[in-house]
Amino acid sequence: MCLGIPAKIIFIEGEMATVSIGGVEYPASLQLLPDASLGDYVIIHAGFAIEKIDLQEAEETIRIIQEIEKGFRNNTG
Amino acid sequence: MRFIDEYRDRKLVLGIAESIRKRSTRDIVLMEVCGGHTMAVHKFGLRELLPETIRLISGPGCPVCVSGTGFIDNVVKLAKMPGNIIATYGDLLRVPGSFSSLEQEKGTGADVRFVYSVLDSLEIARRNPDRTIVFPGIGFETTAPATAAAILHAHKEGLKNFKVLSSHKVMPPVMRALIDEGVKIDGYIAPGHVTAITGTEMYRPIVEKYGLGIVVAGFEPTDILQSIKMLVAQFEDHDPKVEIQYSRVVKPEGNSIARNLMNEIFELGDDRWRGIGMIPDSGLKIRRKYQSFDTEKYFDLPEAEETEPAGCICGEVLKGLKTPTDCTLFSRVCTPVNPVGACMVSNEGTCAAYYRYRQSEGHGR
Repeated sequence: MCLGIPAKIIFIEGEMATVSIGGVEYPASLQLLPDASLGDYVIIHAGFAIEKIDLQEAEETIRIIQEIEKGFRNNTG
Repeated sequence: MRFIDEYRDRKLVLGIAESIRKRSTRDIVLMEVCGGHTMAVHKFGLRELLPETIRLISGPGCPVCVSGTGFIDNVVKLAKMPGNIIATYGDLLRVPGSFSSLEQEKGTGADVRFVYSVLDSLEIARRNPDRTIVFPGIGFETTAPATAAAILHAHKEGLKNFKVLSSHKVMPPVMRALIDEGVKIDGYIAPGHVTAITGTEMYRPIVEKYGLGIVVAGFEPTDILQSIKMLVAQFEDHDPKVEIQYSRVVKPEGNSIARNLMNEIFELGDDRWRGIGMIPDSGLKIRRKYQSFDTEKYFDLPEAEETEPAGCICGEVLKGLKTPTDCTLFSRVCTPVNPVGACMVSNEGTCAAYYRYRQSEGHGR
């Protein structure tokens, strides 16, 4: 129910946007995220963009996970 | 797909799993609150990767499951009334109440329409001025702002034939109620998209009162495993706190625009949860100012009575006290095609998750 899908904003007209989810286009309301801009990645839930995806944080999470994995590999040789 | 594939990397998944194995020395019980997490745990076979010390239990985070038969019965009654159109999220269609479901009513001529967004139900209301459109409001803090937005639209437009039957609920009271009821939980894997709206402040009193850790988690396998690792580290170090693993989406302060909208339309009220009962201030009720959009005020619905299907242990499953395999109906009588209880109907119900992915489960923990 709280499913949220990563999507890219490809068109904005007023309060409504068109977003691309894996190449397929859907309408989405920006009413809950009025400062979203063209090209932003957002989380879509029930037809509403609810939050932006922070690209730096996304990379940071991957970096931390890679560190964990590397640390394990080095320790076990 | 970007923001999905990289978090499903097999090498990374196995790496975190091994690091958890090393870190965990004491028995720990973690509850994934959100139905989305339950599905992911089973879909990706994450429990098989965890050491014996870690027990994962599923919680009450499936709105369709916890809404109870009384709510469904009221929606069905509204569907039976001539002139009404029920515009609903698909999740609700097949959920059995005590005497019927929306799908059954649709089959016998009721006007029940599936909508992808609550905004679609506004459009139905605009196009059918002589009909009354009822939108069953289900979902937690992630979903409630969308319903609030729709009510505000209807208010501004003067769209008088749009009504909401709110079963919207909030998470913190049930997270406290479970522990108060005696369910043993050492840490919560907290719902990522709920917290994207609410922010993390609401969890602090829970950590302080009960001394358990809370980590806000994303929905991909590396997200969930990293969150488990963070909870294990807190537990091993006797340092419970609120942390955000899903930092690419969740900010500590949440989404204040969505929250303000939700607060404008709704106020907290007592609400009934399947398996748990009445929890004070756990439901979102439409404020008096907007009561012309409140189905309960408009139709004067009777207080919903709760009846559970005979033999169904959905309530116990929702509290993490039992697993679906403890149920005599599970997979024999109750299947996704022919569900008895809500935990099997909903895509993210614990029973549905067990049923769908049980082939890949190595053991029954």
